[in-house]
Order: sequence, then structure tokens, then C-alpha cells
Amino acid sequence: MIRNGRSFDGRVDAPADSGAGTGRAAETPGTSGAVVMELRGITLRFGGVTAIRETTFDIQEGEIRAIIGPNGAGKSSVLNVINGFYHPQEGEIWYQGRQRGVLKPHQIAHQGIARTFQNIALFRGMTTLDNIMTGRLTRMKSGIFRQLAWWGPAEREETEHREAVEQIIDFLEIQAIRKTPVGRLPYGLQKRVELGRALAAEPSLLLLDEPMAGMNVEEKEDMSRFILDVNDEFGTTIALIEHDMGVVMDLADRVVVMDYGRKIGDGTPDDVRSNEAVINAYLGVAHD
Amino acid sequence: MLYREVGDFKASYAADQATFSIAFDRWFYHGILAFAILVVPFLINDYWANAVILPFLIYSIAAIGLNILTGYCGQVSLGTGGFMAVGAYACYKLMTAFPELNIFFCVLLSGGVTALVGAVFGLPSLRIKGFYLAVATLAAQFFLVWLFNKVAWFYNYSASGQINAPERTVFGFEVTGPEAMPWSAYLFCLVFVIGLAWAARNMTRGSNGRRWMAIRDMDIAAEIIGVNPLGAKLGAFAVSSFYVGVAGALFFSVYLGAVEVTEAFGIQKSFIVLFMIIIGGLGSIFGSFAGAAFMVLLPVLLKNIMVGKLGWATDLAAHFEFAIVGALIVFFLVVEPHGLAMLWRIIKEKLRLWPFPH
Repeated sequence: MIRNGRSFDGRVDAPADSGAGTGRAAETPGTSGAVVMELRGITLRFGGVTAIRETTFDIQEGEIRAIIGPNGAGKSSVLNVINGFYHPQEGEIWYQGRQRGVLKPHQIAHQGIARTFQNIALFRGMTTLDNIMTGRLTRMKSGIFRQLAWWGPAEREETEHREAVEQIIDFLEIQAIRKTPVGRLPYGLQKRVELGRALAAEPSLLLLDEPMAGMNVEEKEDMSRFILDVNDEFGTTIALIEHDMGVVMDLADRVVVMDYGRKIGDGTPDDVRSNEAVINAYLGVAHD
Repeated sequence: MLYREVGDFKASYAADQATFSIAFDRWFYHGILAFAILVVPFLINDYWANAVILPFLIYSIAAIGLNILTGYCGQVSLGTGGFMAVGAYACYKLMTAFPELNIFFCVLLSGGVTALVGAVFGLPSLRIKGFYLAVATLAAQFFLVWLFNKVAWFYNYSASGQINAPERTVFGFEVTGPEAMPWSAYLFCLVFVIGLAWAARNMTRGSNGRRWMAIRDMDIAAEIIGVNPLGAKLGAFAVSSFYVGVAGALFFSVYLGAVEVTEAFGIQKSFIVLFMIIIGGLGSIFGSFAGAAFMVLLPVLLKNIMVGKLGWATDLAAHFEFAIVGALIVFFLVVEPHGLAMLWRIIKEKLRLWPFPH
């Protein structure tokens, strides 16, 4: 799964918060254009509150798609719709060329969508290794009766998946904390372990909910590099929510901007930056 | 021989995942197994078997069972006594209905029956958690005991309402009934303990155990990574109840011989087993044994000291016993909330560096 000979071409050498990024779309048109995920006219209501209003956008294979917007704009709700926590009242979800019915989150995980959470949602009682191993659960088949005896298939399967997980541990440079319970790790590392757990599923669509929230500049740079590497090396399609505009503009191929549950902008970082509605949403607009 | 990992190089992931990764631990474990199988049967007498060893072994099975449910999967249950009763009555019905069937299979099948019942009573866990689930399982406890009292079919319409274990043999040696020898009853239970503890370790170390622990630590995240909560929770209830059912069957057939359900499998059984896993350590197979040993041995030890050595009156000693055991439980929980298993882990960590800690 993991190719050797990674190339760090120094693209993220510029500090993530430079704000001068031109977006990657111009330099790396790495997307094949095939649509992985498409939301069509999604409306999500909670009682009288409409969290998402007739929102339509797509995520293309191999791209990094950012979703931005002020607080309460409905960004996280969009991710929750994609991975099945919420079921929209209206609209269609198309995944890999097929319309998706109402599925439970664990069924959606088996279709190849993985995610991380805004507030870390690791399994605190387990070690780093075990946490990342849980990411492989969708790919492990041994039933309870095979595990009873352990010898044979169960042990073989465990070792196979351990190898894949060790590669992720190498990739994320967390070898030293392999056997540490995650509850004892500092925040930045926990975020990294959570990314590892999502990667372990080898997802075809990876959702990252504020992967850099609460991090310092250095940690943000590390995380940006991991996200870019994941995208480049594994070709994983990524949809991410992030508040740090510098990071978003540097990482994303295309950006969706939301405000009050509506999509108000969509396009390359440069398009979005010059979009009137987006500027108004972020800077406020004079009501006269 | 020092307790070290030095020189113990692991060349494969399989070796790294071994249960006893330190050579000393492996020898210790095999030593205990050999002692239990080869030596204890020759030393055991009636007193040791009935006061200490049989209850310890049987409670260990029950504790492992509850630990799978509560310690590994995070579902609190107060229905242990009721599920033990299911195992006992299933065993009784099987023994009387199929006299030809070997007692070994009777006990296993009783576990299977209990697993089914446990899975049914586990259904509420899909909707409710924590204390609320504990109350729902409490309902199972009271319902099951009431059922076995009320429906005469379960105790074969006997006048006393009791169930009595008929005599059964394994390889020609009696393991149940009044004629059973202590060593044969002991070995019979030991087979179950070793087999079930080994299976429990295997079930909890791999993907299956991770599924349970993921549900325990954060059920929402578990669902996101592809764990089906229905399967994981009901699976844990079924496996746990299988263990508890086997424990109940052995408790009735091998240990007590005659059982009246309210007395033998009342709510206090549920609490005792719950105490065992809390004191022993949640989420640890070793902890289940340690907790069972603590709760079984300590009262016997105290009684021997107070009545035997100090010459106190039996009733006075009995009351003091409760007070002291209670105080010790509180003490242990304050000093080490993660139980004896954690204490053991800390000792081992220290031992790795001893005698040069710096």
C-alpha cells in the first residue's frame, strides 16, 4: 500500500500561515476529474433549525477539497451527512457513481469513508498501536470462533494487518509511542494517531474535521505535510474542514464556502478569495 | 534470574504480540499450570476443595465472563446471579433429561443456553448505557430468579423447590453427587478454567477484542471506523453469559450439589462477581483471577485467624469479617482504582529495572 521513496519536494516549506499561497490547483492538477462523492440539493433540518439548505457540491477523485465557513455554517453537519450520522430530509448523495440509500455509519465505513473528529475521538484505554489497528477492522474477517483458538487464520490475519499498520506508524513518525496508551499522549500526537487510525482503513474518501484545531505553527506544518503526503502518495481523496485560511489556501485544490447552511462559494482558492459573497461572510457587510 | 527483556529479541510481529513476552513470565505461567495440573490433585482434600479451591475456580470463570462484558465492552451488568441461575437450571434439566449425556457436554450446553438468554437481555444495551443499563440488567436478575421459583417445570416439580445434582462420571470418576472425590471435581473445574481463560485471552487480544474495547471507549468513534454496535454488544453479552452460565452450571452441579435459587443465585451473587472484577481490574484476565482469589480467600483467611487463632466466637467473627472485607475493598479502591491487575503491572514495571532503577 505504501510506496517507498517519498519525495518531499519542499512544497510546504513556506509557513502554513503565510497567506500568500496560490493554491495547489495551479501547480498540481493531480485530480482525474472523476467524481467520488456528490451531494445534490441536500437539506438537513433539526426541528425548526435548518442546518444545511439545498447544498450541492462534489468531491473529485484525488483532490483535497476544503470546506470553510464561519462558526455554525453547517460544515461539520456536511461531514456528518457524508458519513451517515445525520440523514438529510431532502437531496441525494451519490458515492462512486451510485446513489446511496439510508445507511448506518458503520456500513458507510465499510464502503471506504473514514474520518477524524474535531474533538479527538480516540479510544483512550488502548495503545497507539491498538488504536490504529482498530482502523483496520473493516478489513479484518476472522470471526469470534476463529479467534478463540488464535492459532492459524486469526494469528496470520493479525500479523498481516500489523504490517500495514507499522507502515502507517513509520509514515506518521510515531514509532516511539507505539505502545503508549493514547490518553497519556500530548494533544498534537493524539491528532496524529487519529489520522493514522483513519488512514489504516485505506479509505477512498478521507474526511478531516479541523485537523489542525488547537495546534501551534510547527504542529500545523507537520500535519499539513502529512495531509499533502497522504494525498500525493496514496492518492487519497480528502475533504477537510479548517479555520486556518493560510492552511486551507495552501492545501486545497478546491474550496467550498458555507454560511448559514448555504453554499456561498465554490472553486479554486483564488476564485474563492475574490468572491464577493465570501468576503462579506467573513468580514461582515454593512447593512444600510 | 532477573526479570528482564534483555536478550529476548523479537524477530516477528507474532512474537511481539505474545501474551507473555518476557521469558520469566512464560516460565512462571507454565510452572503454575504444571503445579495446578500435576501437583494440586494429589494434595487436595475436602476442606481445601470446598472452602477455597472450587469456589475460586468457579468464581474465576464468572469473573472472566463479567469482565468480558463490563471490562472489555463497557456494558455494566448486575444480572450475573440470574445468568448463573440459568446455567445451573439448564444443567439440571439437561442432566435429568439426558442421563446418558456426559456432564462435560451438559455444562458446555448450559453455557450455550445462557448465551442465548444473555443476548436477549442484552438487547436494551443498544439503546441505554451506564447506570441505566445496570438497572435494566437488574430486571433480568429478578425476573430470572422469580421464573425459576415460579415455574415448577424448571425444578422437575420437586416438593422442596430445590434442584439436586445427580451423580455423573467422567472417565469413570465421579465428579458430581455426594460420592465425588475432591480431586476429580477439582480437575473437572480446572479443565473449564484453563480452556475458558485461554479462549478469553484469544478473543480479547485480536480484532474481536478491539471491537469491544472501541465500543467501551467511545461508541460513536467505534461506529465510524466500521464496528457494528449491534453485533459487538450482543456478541459481548452472549460470550459473557456463556462464561457465567458455565460458572453457574459448575457451581450447582460440582460445588453445591443442591440449589435453592433465591439463596444461591440472588442479587448478592451479582454484586460479589462485580466486586471481583472491580477489585481485580477491569479489562484484564489476570485481574479476574486476582479478584476472585481476593473475594474467596480473604474471608476464609480472616475466619481462620479470628476463630482459629484468636478464639473469637463464630458469630462475632462472621460480622467482623464483613467489616474487614468491606474496609479492605475501600482501601484498595482508594490506593489503586484500577485494581490488583494494575498493581501487578506496576510491580512488573518496577521489577524490570530492579535493582538498578536509574
